[in-house]
Amino acid sequence: MDTYCTRCGRPTGEGDHAACRARAAYGPPRYCPECARRMIVQVSPSGWSARCSAHGEVADEAGGGTAREPV
Amino acid sequence: MATSTEPTTSTGADLATDVLAVARAQVLDRGEGLDEQQVLDVLRLPDDRLAELLGLAHEVRMRWCGPDVEVEGIVSVKTGGCPEDCHFCSQSGRFESPVRSVWLDIPGLVEAAKQTAATGATEFCIVAAVRGPDARLMSQVRAGIEAIRAEPDTADINIACSLGMLTPEQVDELAAMGVHRYNHNLETARSHFGSVVTTHSWQERAETLRMVREAGMEVCCGGIVGMGESVEQRAEFAAQLAALEPDEVPMNFLIPQPGTPYEDYEVLAGPEALKTVAAFRLALPRTVLRFAGGRELTLGDLGAEQGMLGGINAIIVGNYLTNLGRPAQADLDMLTDLHMPIKALSQTL
Ligand code: SF4
Ligand SMILES: [Zn+2]
Ligand SMILES: [Zn+2]
Repeated sequence: MDTYCTRCGRPTGEGDHAACRARAAYGPPRYCPECARRMIVQVSPSGWSARCSAHGEVADEAGGGTAREPV
Repeated sequence: MATSTEPTTSTGADLATDVLAVARAQVLDRGEGLDEQQVLDVLRLPDDRLAELLGLAHEVRMRWCGPDVEVEGIVSVKTGGCPEDCHFCSQSGRFESPVRSVWLDIPGLVEAAKQTAATGATEFCIVAAVRGPDARLMSQVRAGIEAIRAEPDTADINIACSLGMLTPEQVDELAAMGVHRYNHNLETARSHFGSVVTTHSWQERAETLRMVREAGMEVCCGGIVGMGESVEQRAEFAAQLAALEPDEVPMNFLIPQPGTPYEDYEVLAGPEALKTVAAFRLALPRTVLRFAGGRELTLGDLGAEQGMLGGINAIIVGNYLTNLGRPAQADLDMLTDLHMPIKALSQTL
């Protein structure tokens, strides 16, 4: 089980995340489940990718192109 | 008590004064959109007349637009970190939003266009979270369009852009790049705009739209319903959009975004959202009226179908800019079930 909620970034063991779960279908993860850092997220028409600077990238099947930090 | 001999509608309303009876003659038969007061009368109809209203809006759409549905995909080429303060927006850099800044590279942009084309969509819209484009964004868009045109799968797709407020030079540049339609939403009624955005004005947005039209690009302008506006202001907005004669109106329903000033706003009730859809169709009989963001949350699957049978004739399929939609295939299946053909590229040339 994730340590942190990917929707609100708070520990999953604390507080109520029912609203976060309800919204999960409409948004990609925003916080890293391992460290709660805000992730770099790119959404594409049929996918998304989310990258934590410490824990790497997760993506759904189609992926979201290559998201990179603004330069 | 006098006994009325006036003809009445199926629900007993007076035919001479009932707004739907008036709309049938004015909008359906003559193609003249409802004015602000009439739209307000429609928005105030009781819920037990919703089915009748949606039925009329659908007839109007079929009569003046036809059965085809225009399908579009969108992608964000520059996400987050916007200097503006639109209170609904998770991409404003002024709020504590979890959305971080990111740029999409050219291969990613081409891939997004391919994903869009694979659904049968004829429209692909490139969007950036900016007040207006700088030289870097303009060159990214130019390179992206060239790369999309060079791919066999996406060479013919219509490309639209939504890059914020433009200078006259940028308008001309985009037109020269072959951008066929430009999206710039007025968002809400003019009288409500100041409580939604403080960093620029309604008039500044309208000025960009004026230039877009002058340059020969199609005008796409809509907004978001459910941002604390009154019913009167919804009617005002419909009339202001109608006065603009836009080629397309995208209708969004507020998704309360974490960290934004509107994070605790209630999601619009389904019947209210559908009433607004139908009322906007009656104000804009010939416009491409597109379901955009928020429909999944506000209307669910059943409501989406009701909207398609209540005045909508265009959809965004797949994901949005920072939010996810339902799978594109679910929408394509819905259109098949409803016997609504996807508008083909040949019809748009
Ligand atoms: S200008 Fe666009 S991206 Fe920027 S805050 Fe407003 S709606 Fe969001
Ligand atoms: Zn949570
Ligand atoms: Zn992490």
